[in-house]
Amino acid sequence: MTPAMTEFVDNLRAAPRRILETAFRGGAPKTDRTRSTFIFGNVFLHLHSVRVHRWTLRWSTTMGLGIASTAAFLITLVTGVLLMFYYKPYPDVAYQSIKDIHFVVPTGRFMRNIHRWAANVMVVCVLLHMARAFYTASYRKPREFNWLVGMGLLSITLGLSFTGYLLPWDQLAYWAITIGANIAQSPREITDALEITEWFDPGGFQRALLLGSEIVGEEALIRFYLLHVMVLPLALVFLMTIHFWRIRKDGGLARPDDADQQLQAPGGDVYPVFTQAPEKTYQLAAIVRGRTPAVGRGPENTVPAMPHLFYAELGVLMFTLLICVALSLVSDAPLKELANPSVPENPAKAPWYFLGLQELVAFSAFTGGIGVPSIVLLGLGLIPYLDRESTGTGRWFGGPGGWPLVRRALLVGFGAALAIEALVIRFGWIREWFPSVGQLVVTAINPGTLLTLIYGAYSVWLVKRYNSARAGALGLFTCFLCGFLVLTIIGTYFRGPNWVFYWSPGQWPKH
Amino acid sequence: MTVIPGNSKSRLDPEPMPRRDWLGLTALWSTASALLFGVLGALRLPKAAVVAAPSKSFKIALPEALPAGEALVPPGRAVAVYRDGEGVYAISTICTHLGCVVKPNAEGFECPCHGSRFDAAGGVIKGPAPRALPWLQVRVSGADVQIDEGKTVPNGTKVKDA
Repeated sequence: MTPAMTEFVDNLRAAPRRILETAFRGGAPKTDRTRSTFIFGNVFLHLHSVRVHRWTLRWSTTMGLGIASTAAFLITLVTGVLLMFYYKPYPDVAYQSIKDIHFVVPTGRFMRNIHRWAANVMVVCVLLHMARAFYTASYRKPREFNWLVGMGLLSITLGLSFTGYLLPWDQLAYWAITIGANIAQSPREITDALEITEWFDPGGFQRALLLGSEIVGEEALIRFYLLHVMVLPLALVFLMTIHFWRIRKDGGLARPDDADQQLQAPGGDVYPVFTQAPEKTYQLAAIVRGRTPAVGRGPENTVPAMPHLFYAELGVLMFTLLICVALSLVSDAPLKELANPSVPENPAKAPWYFLGLQELVAFSAFTGGIGVPSIVLLGLGLIPYLDRESTGTGRWFGGPGGWPLVRRALLVGFGAALAIEALVIRFGWIREWFPSVGQLVVTAINPGTLLTLIYGAYSVWLVKRYNSARAGALGLFTCFLCGFLVLTIIGTYFRGPNWVFYWSPGQWPKH
Repeated sequence: MTVIPGNSKSRLDPEPMPRRDWLGLTALWSTASALLFGVLGALRLPKAAVVAAPSKSFKIALPEALPAGEALVPPGRAVAVYRDGEGVYAISTICTHLGCVVKPNAEGFECPCHGSRFDAAGGVIKGPAPRALPWLQVRVSGADVQIDEGKTVPNGTKVKDA
């Protein structure tokens, strides 16, 4: 053979190895050095830092809730794409295609069940993750903005669930979306009372934007479908990327100042542990100002993210998958009768995480559907900018007051919500007492606004009592959490036909 | 662009702008204005000029023996039609709260979704509904009654039938 031929054959043989080598230039991740280069040479892995503080890996720091949310999202992503092969977004046809997925397509029912359960797991995990970040005061400087990004992610998560709710086009879907679209229209409650709807109608605009028509029909379905499979997932991935990236850029997860003293010496099997503080200043060629958040905070007490963090993440991923699969085997995703625009489902219930709001909506559409949620979102967003304190960062229930305060706030939160609900269930509300009262009065004074006022006043009192914004935030967040729980549970289990209170579904009237 | 203090020239003889600056600013502002007008134009997209929806006007024949105060609900329509001594009238059965279809009963109407109750004339007596149920336009021609769900009339308007 000519030398050129020999070389050609050799190159051909070496091609697979070289493709791998050029894809992962640092070589196989076998030593800590090559693992590091593996991470920062990889566009996906480098959302992680190469090293991670040992505090971060403690179970009680995060309980894996953020990764569990991400894992649930990935599961819905995969199952959702699979469902899209059979789903047809057109009224009535949509219902038939879901039926096909359920009864005809091999593994279709299983995929749909996993999709639905993973979506629920995602909502739960995102809510718990936010509670974790709040109670450990992790939103504080320099992580304020990431808290806002997280709120965006929460909103998109709820939006994804809500838009997915319409797609089966069954009775449940149709009436939940009818109610949802009319909640979007509920600013009319105020503009109608002021008689300015003719000139200024944000409610009508929002509803038209959502439905693309005056009815929940084909236009609405295609809009919800597009939002569900394209717009919202893209927005979610976009924000998730920022969210993860910011964790790294903000210096890893929040931890107490004395984290290094609190941590025991690493076990013999944990190797290596970096204990020197980084000295790099990042004042690179005088272009970059400032330093990385880790500089001067030694000893560093970090371990390589690969494998320590990655194993933990994979573990959480597998656990989330296990939960979703187990739930899917136990319980099928519901599918009611084909949507019928002239007969409402009775009771017509939204997804469970909106039932707390539906309970409020049953007094005033605007207050329950738009007013209170806006106040809650605004309040949540302002937390990191009002609490500029530093005691208790990275510690559970950290800050003035601590756990005893939270315990009392639980009492106040549950007490107020239960008292108000008991009152209205037993005695009714303003309109039953004074039938001629104006709508603006009902919109302004109802269980939703009263509860918000009580919680707000209690929180202001806490700020004064402890002389600390964090104490107020602890109380307020806990109270709203209690209110959410009470209203959601009542809406889910104790409301029957005509939204009447029943102790159990067994008491519902037969039709 | 460099400005030398104390050496400003008249507006008619300005300092020449370096070509690079000019090109850069042109690129920037043309991109920005293209984006702005593109977005403004696209904002019109979500609302179609003609909205696809079934016809709101329909015709029914009222049975001779429809007792006063008893509702006739035409199939597939969210309307309750009545006839009494004063004439024919139609009340919308779409709840003014959140759009569920209310059910006519002996006293008036009740909503299955959030428990609103209305009296026989559509006025709110209980629950979260902000307004009375609207009355709809009715035209009587011989034995037929033409009802338009899209046009409301003042509550209490009854049309004399033959």
